[in-house]
Amino acid sequence: MEMTQYLLVALVCVNLAYLAVTRLITLTRITAVQGLLLAAMPLAVLGPDPHSHALILSLGVFAIKAIGFPWLLARTLSRLSGDPVVEPYLGFNLSLLSGVAGLLFSLWLETRLPFPPGLFPPLLFPAALTSIFSGLALVVARRKAITQVIGYLAADNGIFLLGVPLAQGSVWLELSVLLDVFVAVFVMGIALHHINKTFESIDVGRFCSLRD
Amino acid sequence: MLTVLPLVPLLAGLLALALPADGPRRALLVLAGLIHLALTLACFVHPPAPAYGGLLELDALGQLFLTLASLLFVAASCYAVGYLGHEGAGPRRDFQDGAAFVNAPERVFTMCLLLFLAAMTVVCATRNLSVLWVGIEATTLSSAPLIYFHRHRRSLEATWKYLVICSVGIALALLGNILFSVAFYDPASPLTSMGLTEMLPRAAGAAHPWLRAAFIFLLVGYGSKMGLAPMHNWLPDAHSQSPSLVSAMLSGALLNCAFLGILRAQQLLVAAGMGDFGGELLVLFGLVSMGTAAVFIVGQGDYKRLLAYSSVEHMGILALGVGIGGGATFGAMLHAVNHSLTKGALFLISGNILALYHTRSCYDARGLSRALPVTAALWTAGFLAIVGSPPFGIFVSELTILKAMLAGGHGFAATFYMVALAVIFIGMATPVCRMIQGPLPPAVPHPGREQLLSVVPPLLLLAATLVLGLYIPEAVTGLLERAAAAVSLGG
Amino acid sequence: MNALTHIVAALVLAPLIPGIINRVKARMAGRVGRPLLQTYYDLAKLIQKGVVVSHTATWMLAAGPAVSLAAVGCALLLLPGPASPAPVSFTGDFMLAAYCLGLSRLALILAALDTGSSFEGMGASREAAFSALAEPVLFLSFLVLAVGAPEISLSGMLGRGLTGVLAPERLFVPLILFIVLLTENCRIPVDDPTTHLELTMIHEVMVLDHSGPDMAFIVYGAALKLWFFAALTVLAVLPVRSLSPAAGWAAFLAGMLLVTVAIGLVESVMARLRLMRVPRLLGGAGALAALSLVLTVWR
Repeated sequence: MEMTQYLLVALVCVNLAYLAVTRLITLTRITAVQGLLLAAMPLAVLGPDPHSHALILSLGVFAIKAIGFPWLLARTLSRLSGDPVVEPYLGFNLSLLSGVAGLLFSLWLETRLPFPPGLFPPLLFPAALTSIFSGLALVVARRKAITQVIGYLAADNGIFLLGVPLAQGSVWLELSVLLDVFVAVFVMGIALHHINKTFESIDVGRFCSLRD
Repeated sequence: MLTVLPLVPLLAGLLALALPADGPRRALLVLAGLIHLALTLACFVHPPAPAYGGLLELDALGQLFLTLASLLFVAASCYAVGYLGHEGAGPRRDFQDGAAFVNAPERVFTMCLLLFLAAMTVVCATRNLSVLWVGIEATTLSSAPLIYFHRHRRSLEATWKYLVICSVGIALALLGNILFSVAFYDPASPLTSMGLTEMLPRAAGAAHPWLRAAFIFLLVGYGSKMGLAPMHNWLPDAHSQSPSLVSAMLSGALLNCAFLGILRAQQLLVAAGMGDFGGELLVLFGLVSMGTAAVFIVGQGDYKRLLAYSSVEHMGILALGVGIGGGATFGAMLHAVNHSLTKGALFLISGNILALYHTRSCYDARGLSRALPVTAALWTAGFLAIVGSPPFGIFVSELTILKAMLAGGHGFAATFYMVALAVIFIGMATPVCRMIQGPLPPAVPHPGREQLLSVVPPLLLLAATLVLGLYIPEAVTGLLERAAAAVSLGG
Repeated sequence: MNALTHIVAALVLAPLIPGIINRVKARMAGRVGRPLLQTYYDLAKLIQKGVVVSHTATWMLAAGPAVSLAAVGCALLLLPGPASPAPVSFTGDFMLAAYCLGLSRLALILAALDTGSSFEGMGASREAAFSALAEPVLFLSFLVLAVGAPEISLSGMLGRGLTGVLAPERLFVPLILFIVLLTENCRIPVDDPTTHLELTMIHEVMVLDHSGPDMAFIVYGAALKLWFFAALTVLAVLPVRSLSPAAGWAAFLAGMLLVTVAIGLVESVMARLRLMRVPRLLGGAGALAALSLVLTVWR
């Protein structure tokens, strides 16, 4: 129980860190940290069970979220041209402030929602929601295409976190969801590579030829 | 049978990647499509047993959309044989900005096409919300390379928008799935799966606030994939930049798959006695989509974008029909069939026009009746069908929905619906008439005889919707009624 | 009597802190370093010297260091010792402590502006900007410490240790206080006390025109301020109240030594941040403090 709390507080910090970071490589490392923390969550929340579902899930999450994604992102990043810095539409301090505001909102929401008793450990819902918030903020408030991928990942991590206490029966389905997201990031990585080659930049601000 | 159904396109896709020669690979594409269609039709004769431990299970609703996807795929794959032969490999020049580009390797394209079909099969042939989600995400991933077939800037931009908007949208749908399992959370007897078979009987006892939240997230998530306004931004870009046969598949089959995701959620809501809540939201999104489409169709200068916005409109009609409920649900099911057939045909025809004129502008592609008489005739017929003129099927389905709206006392919605349809009729008539008539631009080479493979598939699709406008066979009515009942009664 | 022990200890031991920091940095760089008591020697030498005052300067230049030192001394009076509450303690005294430090800074800034030198004006403006950013962070961490305290004063808030088992976020408070310490005392990574280029200096450039006893006041004041923040950080972590006076003192002094060594290590391994990045560091600390406050209040 206490373990879960430490993990969740660390996750909240990671979520805020997403918004404050200025270098792309640090951003990929943050995804690795988040993946690592998420990998520990099933074990901490579900505890040992006879079918060792939590263990399988933890290992799967570790392999995909803590190793797979950061590796894919770092590989994509190393092939990109241009400065490896995050270019914001919304400034870093403002983003951070909005992240804290999102946290406050989700804490308030947690007091208002009728949660089934005993389902979510305290702080899990706000941690998941802030993760989704900061992910979406990265998607819309940053210029570079790779930050959109990272934002998508962060949002997906938040959703996964919310699903952890519910993952009792179907571990294999959970894993196939993970695999799907992995392929998604893989495909996005290929697309990024092409964007970098064709546009000589990964600034989505240059995507302006298609409009009405 | 369900065990084999998704495996056929999957294995064929992997085989296509391995085949070095173009000819056998194209034959394989058509063959896989035909086998898939045959198996799908065989499901009507022998209702298949659930497969993979109940993960795959075919009900009337799934069968309806599966058949549509399979039919569209066969039409598109036949068209693809001609199209790919015409495209060829090697560097080419972009007709819009003159930049050099190449096409994606044909075998990757063929593989993605087949994997796309496999993913859609999974989406249609399951009653499990998690599997549905996995399938829909897989359709996004397998279709993104299809949009990027012509490797130039604009298609890349469209692909990226499609990938990001749909992935984020589908992530929200995953949140919706999780909220559903929160709603059904019961420590005494936990859900063993996210299958509707298990969830529907227990829906009455589910927590209502969570059901509402879950439905909203699923609606927004799958709605962005389905192209409901205001989440439709990716749709015109992706449809206008992808090869026409891919546009046909996207519009005719993929959007339906996303719609199926929303229908599954509506089924659960109806079973929980909250059908009105879902219905109102669907009506709202439907009307907004129709209005948005009407605004963008008027004055649209790009005929593929015109068709894409028309898809937004028709997705709006589908949502509206299901939202109204009652007889309109049947109308919506019929409309889904008609729209798939018609829009598939129209996109294939637009491919013929694009191949000759090398422009997507309605102002430059003129004199169609002189240059391509058969295509021009089909284009006119398709236009009449899509805007809902008799005797085509869409007229019948739109009328059914209107009747149900009036019977249900939805006066405002009915008025809005009629006004939007009228505006869209006028907005589409202008460019289509302009394209049919007028002088042939001097730069356009004189075409030879029109390829059989490029006109027969759309012709057959249009003929099918014409038949549905005149007479709906007993078997089809039965299927549609069962599908509609599943949605409106939560079965 | 007991209450004054801490004040006496602070007044006597404070100049040792810069000495220890210097020694750590020297050892990290492979040098022997200057004597531990160097600051005492400096102070003794400065006291004996005369004062050079610019013709354009007014009484403010002379008053600045004295006011500054006095203000820091007042702030120290509000700080509890490891074995006893502060000599002066009342509800809300942390505000007074923060503003005493503010007054001390104000006096130095006014003195710097009084000289009319453009370099000193620049340093003053930077010092003012950074401390303005550090102040909300300091107050946020005071608020976190105040949650659940028996009384809302420094004596009530400090020395209780990290209360509550389910409170991982409490661990942030010492970290935040440490960042505030580095900022307020013009240490690396915010400011480099040893730089020789006026353009990059912040605190040091402000006091260039002071000499003799005035300079001694400033150096001594800076040492006291460093003691204040280090003690604040240590008392926020260690549950010295629950220990016996002797053990409390031992733990406190060990903690002070640890913080001092930590400052030295930070100065050895980090470079000074670009001026533009400092607000981001403080913004991050502020976000962390806000997070800590939110989580603490919410439980």
